[in-house]
Amino acid sequence: MKKRKPIEYLLLSCALLSIIFLFAIAVSLFKEGLPIFKVVSPVKFIFGSHWYPAHDPPEFGILPLILASLLITIGALIVAVPLGIGSAIYMTELAHPKIKEIIKPVLELLASIPSVIYGFFGMVIFAPFIQRIFNIPTGLTALTASILLGIMALPTIISIAEDSITSIPSSIREASYALGATKWETIIQTIIPAARSGILTAIILGMSRAIGETMTVLMIAGGAAVIPKSFLQPVRPMTATIAAEMGESPMGSLHFHALFAIAAILFLITLGFNILANHIKEKRI
Amino acid sequence: MVNTKIFIKNLNLWFGKKQVLVDVNMNIAKKTVTAIMGPSGCGKSTFLRCLNRMNDLTDGVKITGEITIDNKKIYENGTDVPTLRRKVGMVFQRPNPFPKSIYDNIAYGLRINKVSRNKIPEIVEKSLEAAALWTEVKDRLHESAMELSGGQQQRLCIARAIAIEPEVILMDEPCSSLDPAGMFKIEDLIEKLKEEYTIIVVTHNMQQAARISNFTAFLYLGRVMEFGDTNQIFTKPKEKLTENYISGKFG
Repeated sequence: MKKRKPIEYLLLSCALLSIIFLFAIAVSLFKEGLPIFKVVSPVKFIFGSHWYPAHDPPEFGILPLILASLLITIGALIVAVPLGIGSAIYMTELAHPKIKEIIKPVLELLASIPSVIYGFFGMVIFAPFIQRIFNIPTGLTALTASILLGIMALPTIISIAEDSITSIPSSIREASYALGATKWETIIQTIIPAARSGILTAIILGMSRAIGETMTVLMIAGGAAVIPKSFLQPVRPMTATIAAEMGESPMGSLHFHALFAIAAILFLITLGFNILANHIKEKRI
Repeated sequence: MVNTKIFIKNLNLWFGKKQVLVDVNMNIAKKTVTAIMGPSGCGKSTFLRCLNRMNDLTDGVKITGEITIDNKKIYENGTDVPTLRRKVGMVFQRPNPFPKSIYDNIAYGLRINKVSRNKIPEIVEKSLEAAALWTEVKDRLHESAMELSGGQQQRLCIARAIAIEPEVILMDEPCSSLDPAGMFKIEDLIEKLKEEYTIIVVTHNMQQAARISNFTAFLYLGRVMEFGDTNQIFTKPKEKLTENYISGKFG
């Protein structure tokens, strides 16, 4: 066997470090989260509909938080998927190279805006607008959060979908045109199906981005821990709950463990999304 | 000429500033095989792609002159390009099946051309038979076309082209990526197809041109150096350049 140089070991340990970090995070989440299940059963924790961690006796039902996260994520997808896939198709198939040169950096900029700025924009400009349009008591609603999260997920969805559409060989396009297909028929019936695994991956990673976003939802989702019945209602997603309450829960208390358990569940959800995305990418379903 | 299917008159083509075809004139007879040969880069493929307006997809292309197919000028304003391409099918240099099932590869063109649903299975079978592929794939029509061998994929592409009943089939070096066995199958197929179709084959393989074609054009640096009966071109070429090319002095 070839003798390894010290530098190789150094680089190997750099690479291993990220794996160690991942495990350390996972272990600490479960170590601090699991104790809550000595007091509340996992079923009651997940399906309980009352989140009153500071009451006496406290209630730890996170269903409203899970539903809020799901509602906002679905809402964000409704916004981001058509816009994102549409833009990706436009940029790869239709746009003049010069227009593409403008859109690309703008998208990168959109991706690099800190989420607190999105939240700020949402709070000050967008929420009052929603409040006025729908004539509701507050503009801080699931809808407001969905739209902003949708915009935030756009760059992820567009860039991954665009990569997968660009990677379709031009010979496939030519084959379609040579059979008398129009540009539109070629896009709908050849290009999108050929790129579907990449497009699905894009959607799932966009979903991951939306469900894990914290600062924006903390600022604009409204923060009411009740089971959401409509998009026009303030809600409190899992991430916002953790961020808002971590500071006020004494270390080692039940509340503290409950927040960790929420984090562990969130971790499992996003892990699931990522595994699914990888699976689709490799299997080319 | 009653039997002429395609008239090509003073065809010039530029990609940007580079002129690729120079004053090409050619008349192509109905239900014959015409081979276009010449050294690489002489404009063979570009010429072929003029006939179904595939060059339209390339940026910066400029074309002058006239191409008439069945008395219709195909570069005239108002020409419906998809309709033209249905009539003038194409088989490419590298097999390019869609990443779909074998069946859907052929059904694709039929669906686009609004062939009624219940006729599709029959046409798929007929086309695969015509392309001498049916017996090899009839038990796995719904498997991916990407799993076929290169030669099978190319025959699938031919089946796909003939399924929509074109009148002209353009073939751009259809055997260049195939092994000899695959090549002979395609050549046999061309022999059979010329009974029904007008076929134009680009090739840089002279023996192939001699074997399969009725007429041969020799293209050099974008010009037609010689065009005529295949026998005559290979036995008594009129041009010195043709003779040199055929005898292997360059190319």
